[in-house]
This record gives sequence, structure tokens and C-alpha cells, in this order.
Amino acid sequence: MSEAEELQKLADKEYEFGFVTDVESDSLPPGLDEDTIREIVKRKGEPDWLLEYRLKAFRHWQTMEDPAWAKVEKNTVNYQDLIYYSAPKPKKQLESLDEVDPELLETFEKLGISLEEQKRLSNVAVDAVFDSVSVATTFSDKLAELGIIFCSFSEAVKEHPELVRKYLGSVVPYTDNFYSALNSAVFSDGSFCYIPKGVACPMELSTYFRINAAGTGQFERTLIVADEGSTVSYLEGCTAPMRDENQLHAAVVELVALEEATIKYSTVQNWYPGDADGVGGIYNFVTKRGLCKGDRSKISWTQVETGSAITWKYPSCILQGDDSIGEFYSVALTNNFQQADTGTKMVHLGKRTKSTIISKGISAGQGQNTYRGLVDVKKGAEDARNFSQCDSMLLGDRCGAHTFPYVEVRNPSAKVEHEATTSKIGEDQIFYCNQRGISTEDAVSMIVNGFCKEVFSELPMEFAVEAQKLLAVSLEGSVG
Amino acid sequence: MSAHENEEKMILDVKDLHASVEGSPILNGMNLSLKPGEVHAIMGPNGSGKSTFANVLAGREDYTVEKGSVRYRDLDLLDLDPEERACEGIFLAFQYPVSIPGISNAYFLRSALNAVRRYKEEPEVDAVDFLQLVRSKMELVGMDEKLLQRSVNDGFSGGEKKRNEILQMAVLDPKLAILDETDSGLDIDALRIVAEGVNALRGGDRSFIVVTHYQRLLDYIVPDHVHVLSEGQIVRSGDKTLAHELEREGYSWLESGHAAEKSQEAS
Repeated sequence: MSEAEELQKLADKEYEFGFVTDVESDSLPPGLDEDTIREIVKRKGEPDWLLEYRLKAFRHWQTMEDPAWAKVEKNTVNYQDLIYYSAPKPKKQLESLDEVDPELLETFEKLGISLEEQKRLSNVAVDAVFDSVSVATTFSDKLAELGIIFCSFSEAVKEHPELVRKYLGSVVPYTDNFYSALNSAVFSDGSFCYIPKGVACPMELSTYFRINAAGTGQFERTLIVADEGSTVSYLEGCTAPMRDENQLHAAVVELVALEEATIKYSTVQNWYPGDADGVGGIYNFVTKRGLCKGDRSKISWTQVETGSAITWKYPSCILQGDDSIGEFYSVALTNNFQQADTGTKMVHLGKRTKSTIISKGISAGQGQNTYRGLVDVKKGAEDARNFSQCDSMLLGDRCGAHTFPYVEVRNPSAKVEHEATTSKIGEDQIFYCNQRGISTEDAVSMIVNGFCKEVFSELPMEFAVEAQKLLAVSLEGSVG
Repeated sequence: MSAHENEEKMILDVKDLHASVEGSPILNGMNLSLKPGEVHAIMGPNGSGKSTFANVLAGREDYTVEKGSVRYRDLDLLDLDPEERACEGIFLAFQYPVSIPGISNAYFLRSALNAVRRYKEEPEVDAVDFLQLVRSKMELVGMDEKLLQRSVNDGFSGGEKKRNEILQMAVLDPKLAILDETDSGLDIDALRIVAEGVNALRGGDRSFIVVTHYQRLLDYIVPDHVHVLSEGQIVRSGDKTLAHELEREGYSWLESGHAAEKSQEAS
């Protein structure tokens, strides 16, 4: 079989998670106005301060325009056509995981994240968000013994309002951008996590996001606060059914690391990418930002982005504390008609702050892959350091890779390094593997995995394995 | 089949092979026969088609076979994909070994070995057995174990790359090994070490085709037969003394009417 045929065969592999779960859902009609927000607040039984926050965000959002600066081509999203709240109808009030709708549990099992199994066997605490609401959180009790709070955002609003109020919007204000404003107005759930002083969270915390209902937007909100001297590693995974329309996912993730705290945030994003002709797929427009608030704090983002029709996000770090550290490790793969405009912002405020950016973009099919990053060294950031490396790999001759690195330095003591490479997956490399007996399919997968190694080595073990598999599946007909 | 018949059997039989690259003909009626266990050297000036011949045997896509046949053991070689040829025991030691960043030499080699074993319907080797095997082969070719954990040929010196090719050969245990200008870019010490590795793998039924521009490699890897290639045809064949003759006289004699001297079969 020739290389081209081999790759075409791979290309025809279907999206594995494209099923729809048949659960009754309790949804609001499409459309968005202040009444929609009041209705969300009412259904969720939220306090007035949150209603006020949402309304302020909504009013601000109305003054804003849908941004168009990214290097992506998208269909216009009609925000009045979207459903802003959809919850699986609970059979009754849930007391424990055992009472979760079996259909839902089955869904999560299909996704390979059986909550039951997770609970029993592994050391990962999972919060699962289905459409708009969190359906089950495992291990909460065990974590509570250490004072760790890990629960759905709705629960946090009820149980820990002082923490939520203090930190909500403190890193990503609703005024930040169009999608953060929209999210702040209508977010329906998400995960909340607080690690108390000096506690090293003994297990990986994980959230699994799933968009199920048709015509819904998913707007979840994640807030992680690591108090002084604490450490936490957090994982996020995402899938969605196959649908012909473009579904919007506009999440906001805020991280706060106080003095000497460390937060490691890993994402494996596998939203439905659309079909081979570019029809359907998720618009993944997410705002993720971490604040290294305390001295010697550290925030590390690792993302493997293989899904979505459009991925448009820049997980960033504000390095406010002296000697704080920000890291960004990214693999973004675009195949068929997928587009990605992703990267990071490292804002150096504190003295001796350090940041590292490693970005690997892989373009195949007619995919377009853009790295866009900002290294911003402010005036007071004495002896700041940055190292950036942006590598692009092209598979075939119909795809594109683009790099837009922005560097702004206002302190002469800063050291900023940037390296960038673009390579084409070599026929030489493939032939070399073939000549040693390795098939073209295995060779491509091996070469791409090697290319991404620096990023995969940052992922927790189980995730690294999943990421590698995902990459192999997503490579779909790469060299043409 | 009797032992006698087996002896007579060719491992490789190339007949009237014509091949082109991007439309320009490079091989113009090449003939060559190898018996199991023989070492044949193919010499010739730059552009004579030596590397093309090596790559055509390995099945590289950019080379188009226009005419002729290649029997390899009982197989029509030209019918097979490159990876099938590899699994059937053809090994090409590359003139320019390719690097694969991020993939360790050990992982690559084990993947290759297991691909070959799957093809032969043999059980795959696990990591422990593999390590044992590869260590013994590293000793054989005089290679530092550190190179196992480094990315395939990434940042290797010229000598390390060539030695790595020989290590791969040792592990994959081919029936026909083709060395494409293995001496290029090596100093004399590196050359000697690589040649020693090759010599350690000589013996039994394994055959070699050693493609080289210079005679010096043949001081170390002593061939049974030497062929001179010019303009895509073998124009002279002889024993190892032919290589010395070429060393003295160079290839300039080819330019004056080589066709007349063409193909004096010495074996």
C-alpha cells in the first residue's frame, strides 16, 4: 500500500466519541437576555451577589463585539440561537454517585472514565460536567479530610461563597474579552478547587467535560486556588457528540497560586473536530489564565489539543510574585479543516521571574495551525528570563503553520530567547523507518510522537499514554 | 533440494535493470548475481548510479524501475513494498542516516525488530530480552551503550551514525546487507571500527553489496568480487585486485570508450 493510501485509510477513521446520550434534559429555550440570566440563577438557587456579577458581565458583553483578529475562518455564531442552560433531568436529588442516572454513568464509561472504576481503583478524583452541570464528583470526602475542597462550581457557590467571591474574576475579569464576558454572564457550572496552606494534594484532580445536548453552548467555569506552600495537579478532558452545527464552548479557567504554591494544569482536548469536509465541530474559545500571586509560586500549563473545529486560546501566566515561574507546554494538532490559533502570554511583573514556552504545532490535511504568544516583561521585572521554542511540523502540502511571537521588554536586565523551527515530515524519515521494517502508519505516528516528546513528558503518566493514542487517531490521513 | 543445488542458488539476481529518477535514466541495463555468503563491491565515479542501485533494491519511491527484473531468493523483489523487503531480510545501511528527534534509539530498534518478527509470525521480544540482545550486539560493533537512550541519529557524529547503522544491521540480522557509501565522511579510525563491525557480521549465508567510491574501505572489508559501474551499467568485473587497480588509475579510463571493455565476467 502506498504512503498516500495508507494515510488516507488513517484519515477515514471516525471520531470515536461521537455518540449522543439519551437522557431527558431540563433546558431553557434558546436566546439570551437578562431574564435568561435570572432564570439560570433561579434554577441554580444562586445568591444575589452572583446575580449582580452575572448581570454586570452581561451588560458589559452587550457593549462588545465578537473579535475577529485570530487567524481563523469561522461562521458567525448567532448568540440568540443558543441554549444557555441544559441539565440532565435528575430522577431525584442526588446524594451520592450511586444515584446518578445510569445512562450518564454509561456515557462516562464509554469515554473511558468510569467514575465507579475511578473511585475504586485509581487515585484520580473526578468531577464530571455533562452539558452545563456537574453530575458527579468522586473522592470529595477523602480530600475533605485534608481540607481540600474539590466540588462543582455550583456547590462551591453554596458551601464556600467567601472563597468564590474573593477569587471569581480576580484573574480573568469579565471585562477581559468578549467570551469571558459571555461566560461570566451565563456560566452554569464547572469545577472549584481549593488546596489549603502547606497541603500537597495526594492525587490528581480531574474534570471531564462533555457536551451532549444539541444547540447548547457550554460555558463552564473553573477556579483553582492553591494557598501558601500547597501543590496540586489538575487534569481536564473533553469530548462531544458529532453534530453538523458548530457548537460553542467558551469556558473560563482561573488559577491562583499564593506564596510558594504550585499548580500544574493539564488538558487533553478532544472535542468533536467536524467531519472530513469541515462540517460541524466545536468552537473552542476558552480563556485560561493563572496568577502567580505569591513569591516563588509556580503555574504550569500543559495542553494537548487534538479536537475542535477551531481552537482559540492562550493559557497564560501573570508572574506577579518575585521568583515566580510560569510554564506552557503545548501540542496542537490540526487535520482536515481544523484550525488552531493558540499559544500563551507570559507577563513578567515580579523580580527574577522565569517563563518557559514549548509549543509544538502539527498540521495535516488542510489544517491551519497558528502559534501566537506574548512575552511581556514589565518595568519592575528585574532579571526576568524567558525561553520560547515554537516548532511546527507539516504533514502533506495542503496545510499551514504560522508563528506570531510577540515580545515586549521594558526592563533592560531581561533575557528573552526565542527559537522556532518548521519541518516537513520527511519522506526520508518515513523511508528510513520502512527500510527497517516499520509500516508507514507506524512511522508517521512514531515521528510525530517524537516531535511532541518534550510536551508529553510533562503530562501525568496516564494522560501521556492517552495523548499518544489520541494523536495517532487524530493524525488521520496526514501526508498526502 | 540437495545441498549442491542450494549452493548454486542465487540470493540476488538482477537482470537488465533500467531505472530513472524524475525522468532521467540512471541505470541502463544493470546485471548482477550474488550467491549466499558473497561480498560484492560496486565501485564507480560519482553519478555512475551506485546509490541509485542501492536505493532501487531497497524500494525507495522516487526511483522508477523502467525495465528489467530483480529476483531475491524466491521473490520478485520489485513487487514488494520497502517494509516487506526489509522484513524479508534486505538491509540498507544509509549513506546519510536519517535522524528522528524524540525517539530513542532503543525504542526505534525494538519497534523495527518487532515489526520484522510480526511479519515472520514470530513472537515479539519484550524489553528485557531486547536489552540483552542489543547489548551483545553493541559489544560486537564496539558501540557505547549511552547511544541507546539518545534520539535516533540526532546529534550523532558521522562515525556514530554509521556505527548505529551497523548496530541496526546486527540486531535485524538481514540476509542481504547493502552498504551505501558507508565510508563517506569517516576518518580512518572510524572507518576501521565500522569495518570491523561489518566483518564481525560476515559469515554464513549473509551476503553483502558494498557500494563505495574509494578503494580504502575495501582494505578492511575485503570483497569476493568487484564491479565497476559507469553510466548505469557494469563495465568491468574482477576480484579484489581490481579495486587496487582503480586506486592507482582512477576512473578516467572509463571516459575513453568504456563500452568496449564492458562486462568481462570474472567470477
